[in-house]
Amino acid sequence: MPLLEIRNLQVEFGRGAHALRAVDGVSLSLEPGKTLCLVGESGSGKSVTALSIARLVASPPAVYAGGEILLEGREVLKMTPAELREIRGGTVSYVFQEPGASLNPVFRIGHQIKEALKLHRPEAATDAEVLRMLKLVGIPAPESRIRSFPHEMSGGMQQRAMIAMALAPQPKLLVADEPTTALDVTVQAQIIELLGELQEQLGMAILLITHNLGIVGDLADHVAVMYAGQIVEAAPGLELLRRPLHPYTQALIKSVPAMDEEVERLTAIPGTVPQLGAFPDGCRFHPRCARAQPDCSQKAPDLIAPELNRWVRCPLWQSPAVGA
Amino acid sequence: MLDPLLEVDSLKVQFPVDAGPFRRTKEFVRAVDGVSFNIAPGETVGLVGESGCGKTTLGRAVVRLVSPTSGRILFENADIAKLGGHALRARRRGFQMIFQDPYGSLNPRFKVADIIGEALDIHKLTRTAAARRDRIGALLKDVGLDPLHAERYPHEFSGGQRQRIGIARALAVDPKLIVCDEPVSALDVSVQAQVVNLLQDLQKEHGLSYLFIAHDLAVVKQISHRLLVMYLGKVVEMGLAKAVCRQPKHPYTQALISAVPVVDPASKRNRIVLPGDVPSPIHPPPGCPFHPRCPVAEARCKTEPAPLRELAPGHFAACHLAK
Repeated sequence: MPLLEIRNLQVEFGRGAHALRAVDGVSLSLEPGKTLCLVGESGSGKSVTALSIARLVASPPAVYAGGEILLEGREVLKMTPAELREIRGGTVSYVFQEPGASLNPVFRIGHQIKEALKLHRPEAATDAEVLRMLKLVGIPAPESRIRSFPHEMSGGMQQRAMIAMALAPQPKLLVADEPTTALDVTVQAQIIELLGELQEQLGMAILLITHNLGIVGDLADHVAVMYAGQIVEAAPGLELLRRPLHPYTQALIKSVPAMDEEVERLTAIPGTVPQLGAFPDGCRFHPRCARAQPDCSQKAPDLIAPELNRWVRCPLWQSPAVGA
Repeated sequence: MLDPLLEVDSLKVQFPVDAGPFRRTKEFVRAVDGVSFNIAPGETVGLVGESGCGKTTLGRAVVRLVSPTSGRILFENADIAKLGGHALRARRRGFQMIFQDPYGSLNPRFKVADIIGEALDIHKLTRTAAARRDRIGALLKDVGLDPLHAERYPHEFSGGQRQRIGIARALAVDPKLIVCDEPVSALDVSVQAQVVNLLQDLQKEHGLSYLFIAHDLAVVKQISHRLLVMYLGKVVEMGLAKAVCRQPKHPYTQALISAVPVVDPASKRNRIVLPGDVPSPIHPPPGCPFHPRCPVAEARCKTEPAPLRELAPGHFAACHLAK
């Protein structure tokens, strides 16, 4: 049984005729101990999808308009507040983009980690366990760091502390929402390495949200690419990078400059990411797509599975890429 | 050889740290600690380094948004390091800046026409309202926007479009040098390439020079002719962009390059993961400032400072062990 299964999830903001659908029919599944990468640009709905797993998108203004989220077989969208409190942190933990804004500035690091333990593993809420967690995430001199305030630590150390806090209750799923975006590249490499090591040691599943396709190859067992509230392509990690099928994925990979290649000009994707509420008709990518046909602006394509383990939301996936 | 457009010589920028009773200045943050380089007309020099290395301060000092503590900044052979008031303002026509945050760097209460027009007004570049309007329209066209956009406010634009407005504002006074401080890092990945391409096109059209500051080595490499790598206020490596990326000499540059996430699954490289963080620029480590994190440091690295040495023609590195 998959640890997490999202079926046809729809999340809207506002009600009635003015409702804006931020997540439109997203289905995902994640096996225990595996890593799923959710890739997308701003406004693609990736963060709302991730937050929905523990029903963290405040409702109102959000409305869970349809679909279901099964966490260990239990329906999250039907849970009572008490049940939600138990899974939040206990079964699914979060690490966010900006560690500086996620930590409470007036409490010491040790205190904040112990708080997570008190809620979910009261028997283990000891200094010794906090120290063990700090060591686990590679914080140097944990004995003194336990008494540090967040502002006394660098961004990389703060993010490690956040990870320690998220892992303290021994969750089965760690959701990391852009965990390295605010960090320097060398520190980003440290954190990605750490997540990989921790997964091997502790065996939890990871849902990694990122806009950086470069991270995908390092960690992901599976990748789902989102655009304008929908999944446009899903595939095993390396498969997607080697042979992207959707024109958006192909263009996205091409628009990132490579370190060991020299090109005169970057291949840019024209236009801008559509805003929520102003998604184009038909295929939502068609105004920016180099391969768009007249039909693409009329008919919204379905997510199809042309091959085993591969999904793509484009009927033209077989036609050769422009310029390829 | 052409005279350099900009020549920076042993530039230092220090910020005082006030402490104690009576707020006496006891210590200094050495944000830029003796940097020398030059930029030729039409050249792009990339400046990379992690946050806190002083790259933004260096960029701001070059356009005199911060005052240098010591050193010289020669722009077209005239020292602007000590200029102030009217003399500096007149010189500013030659060098402009594009900022990182396209949301914070445009006045939300100004129309696009006035954001761009303000620069024209300050330098009295257009005589009539019609000429001003035409010039603004032409600038918007130059950066790929519609002249009709002049009547709109910044909030009506996406991040990439706002960055184009920032570029149009910088171009308004016909500068020779533009300092680009992380111009694409706040943009969506699919839009970054558009802005990088635009900057390259404008450079060809107007013969601009850029000082391109970014932490993303892949982007910097794409646009730069030459590269400067900074660590703790000092330049640790300098050379042609291709040479630095292909054969980095300094261990810090090597680690930086290996840490860039790659999309291509075939090119799985051995990643050098540096331990620890950048030390405090108030108390930089003695000797080579990189030695506490360096994978190959020797005893002398802890005591002897490593000056920049020319290891290949035009390729400099500040490392005792680099060859």
